[in-house]
Amino acid sequence: MTNKDPRTDIPKGAKPSEQIMTDPSKASERMRAGSMTLTLVPWVVAAVLLAILPQLFTNNSALTIMNQMSITIVFALAYNMLLGQGGMLSFGHAVYAGVGGFACMHIMNMSDFFASIPLVILPVFGGLFGMGLAMIVGSFSTRSAGTVFAMISLGVGELIAACSVIIVAFFGGEEGVSGDRTYAQPFFGVEFLQQEEVYYLTAAWVIISAALMYLWSRTPVGRMANAVRDNPERAEFLGYSSRWVRYYSFVASGFFAGVAGGLFAINYEILTEENLNTASSGVILLVTFLGGVGFFFGPIIGAIAFTLLQTVLSLSTELWAFYAGSLFLATVMFFPGGLAGLIMMHVPAFKLGKAGKLVMPYIKTLLPGAIGILGLAALVEMTFHYRHAATGDDEMTIFWTTFDSHSLMPWIIAGALTLIGLGIARATAPALKDAWSEANSAGGAS
Amino acid sequence: MDLILVNLIDGLVTGLLLFMLSAGLTLIFSMMGVLNFAHASFYMLGAYFAYQISIALGFWMGLLIAPLLVGVIGAGVERYGLRRVHQYGHVPELIFTFGLALLIEELVQFIWGKNQMPYNGPEILNFTAFAISGNSIPAYKIFMIFISVGIFLGLLYVLTKTRVGMIIQAALSYPRTVEALGHNVPLIFMGVFGVGTALAGVAGVIAGPVLGTFPGMAFVLGSIVFVTIVIGGLGSLWGALVASLLIGWITTFAKSYNIEMEDILNGIGISTPENLDDNIFRDFWSLTSPQIADILPYILMVLILIFRPAGLFGKRIQ
Repeated sequence: MTNKDPRTDIPKGAKPSEQIMTDPSKASERMRAGSMTLTLVPWVVAAVLLAILPQLFTNNSALTIMNQMSITIVFALAYNMLLGQGGMLSFGHAVYAGVGGFACMHIMNMSDFFASIPLVILPVFGGLFGMGLAMIVGSFSTRSAGTVFAMISLGVGELIAACSVIIVAFFGGEEGVSGDRTYAQPFFGVEFLQQEEVYYLTAAWVIISAALMYLWSRTPVGRMANAVRDNPERAEFLGYSSRWVRYYSFVASGFFAGVAGGLFAINYEILTEENLNTASSGVILLVTFLGGVGFFFGPIIGAIAFTLLQTVLSLSTELWAFYAGSLFLATVMFFPGGLAGLIMMHVPAFKLGKAGKLVMPYIKTLLPGAIGILGLAALVEMTFHYRHAATGDDEMTIFWTTFDSHSLMPWIIAGALTLIGLGIARATAPALKDAWSEANSAGGAS
Repeated sequence: MDLILVNLIDGLVTGLLLFMLSAGLTLIFSMMGVLNFAHASFYMLGAYFAYQISIALGFWMGLLIAPLLVGVIGAGVERYGLRRVHQYGHVPELIFTFGLALLIEELVQFIWGKNQMPYNGPEILNFTAFAISGNSIPAYKIFMIFISVGIFLGLLYVLTKTRVGMIIQAALSYPRTVEALGHNVPLIFMGVFGVGTALAGVAGVIAGPVLGTFPGMAFVLGSIVFVTIVIGGLGSLWGALVASLLIGWITTFAKSYNIEMEDILNGIGISTPENLDDNIFRDFWSLTSPQIADILPYILMVLILIFRPAGLFGKRIQ
């Protein structure tokens, strides 16, 4: 062991036992920017998980949710190629997915051609159309990043969304375009009549597109996208045209957005103006940011969490968009790294072997915090019921209890729960902070 | 000729309304370098607050109090929200205001419901000011024009002629120097944000009775306001004025004159294809100007961004 080795080069005054030692020959200790997935393992695990999920959740509504989730994953990953990896904020990305989807619907309706191709390759056509549109729009929008790019994306998004009611031949006007996926050439005898068969098709496409997007981020052009995001001037000095780097990212992102649109077309067999408008573009921004733009797997987590939130919450409350909005705002304000950032914050503690020290403080703070937030949600729901329910309809049900929203008692209980829960969380927060810094500093008993 | 005059007045009202929003937005942009997506939401809040106040105290108190409330909320958003997000960079700031816009819309639906509110202008202005060959111009529209022009002149005076305005302008360009001279720059920023949102609130108060007070009102106007300040040049007050009037007139005229694409194409020498119903371009041929009136500003913006990214009056390119 020589002192020249940077891994063992110990600064003055530090004991050897206080050093964080990493060994690059071991995959799990290798630190690489932007990604946790270093080996094949996560991909295999994901593929196996996707394959056995329908066996665990067999009912149709679960399959519908999982299909929705898979489509959102592909779309969010494509979006993150721009936002996270390229630093380009787009307010109109739904149009690429939408146009890809509409193209797939038209292919479905071209009966002769559609009968000669298997359904599984249909998303490729969606991708090509999304890519084509991205090539046209990107030719002028990627000249600059930042606000100008964001505004052009907003303008183009609004334009194409508005075109959907004007150009009826392609977008089908108000009622949209619908088709039938079962007219395709059978794929090894599978005609995709069942929801489950569609699920496997979608799942396969999720794995393929996620792998391709991951590999893209490892190519030189993918790495240059990061460089251009962080310092376009320096990238230019190195001899790269930042404009073309942005263009390639944009086109690739358009392709995968189109794939997501094609999957949407296969799954729902109808596309309308709603797939193109600014609200859809906003949702995908929300999903991606919630999951975390700094890591490749962030949008995946975001898509899963958001779809669950959407389906589960929207079943039980009318106010789900309000909660989603609050969560989104809280994410931007307090955890700009998103859910993935939250997870990756704990990696140093795990590497030091001190993650166990965090468990108790977490329970002490987060459990009362969660109770307090649920109490707050109850107050919100009761206010909503008090204001908007029909006259005479005083009964309401939340958290499996039914009571009269006009009597005082439930308000006192919910208010007390909120105050006590948040109060305890606030009181124990300093202890959590101490435990956090303790768990993240080297040395001491471990 | 008479119709042109009526349209000019209508376009002027729309344009000045847009200007009240875009003036605040463009000031906030030149200050923080970030587009406030929630700006139109403050406009909506202004309308709803004024409605609530007008039930109890009448329209005029609403016009006085609602913008103040909106301004205070705006200042609070800057102080406790934006200032915190500022450290993470521009993109999170933009996303923050975007999320805020969503949240305010949900909040408004939560409190007031999804239906349009019966918010009306004051009785005293409920008469016809004058008529141009049968087209009556309500006094309320004239009142709107006077309020907007008054606000523009006031803003111009404060910004260019007073000490406060000088400090604000200096703080926009050289915040560090102004801070070193002993002025509280974060307070100035908060104040400008508050005033900008209060202006949006005024616009909401006076536009609510005309355009309707409903939860979608922010969304309807929101993206047009960005288009306006991008066309005018980010950070330029004069640009905002010119672009607002331009957009107001373009959309008004496109809506009231039914120009058909077929006539234009025939006029430049392209003849109509024989069986139009089977042609793939049939939708293109049957385009009319009222159909595309609402997307004309977007087309204009995309063209401006391509050929003159700084906007009409803008100096800096982001």
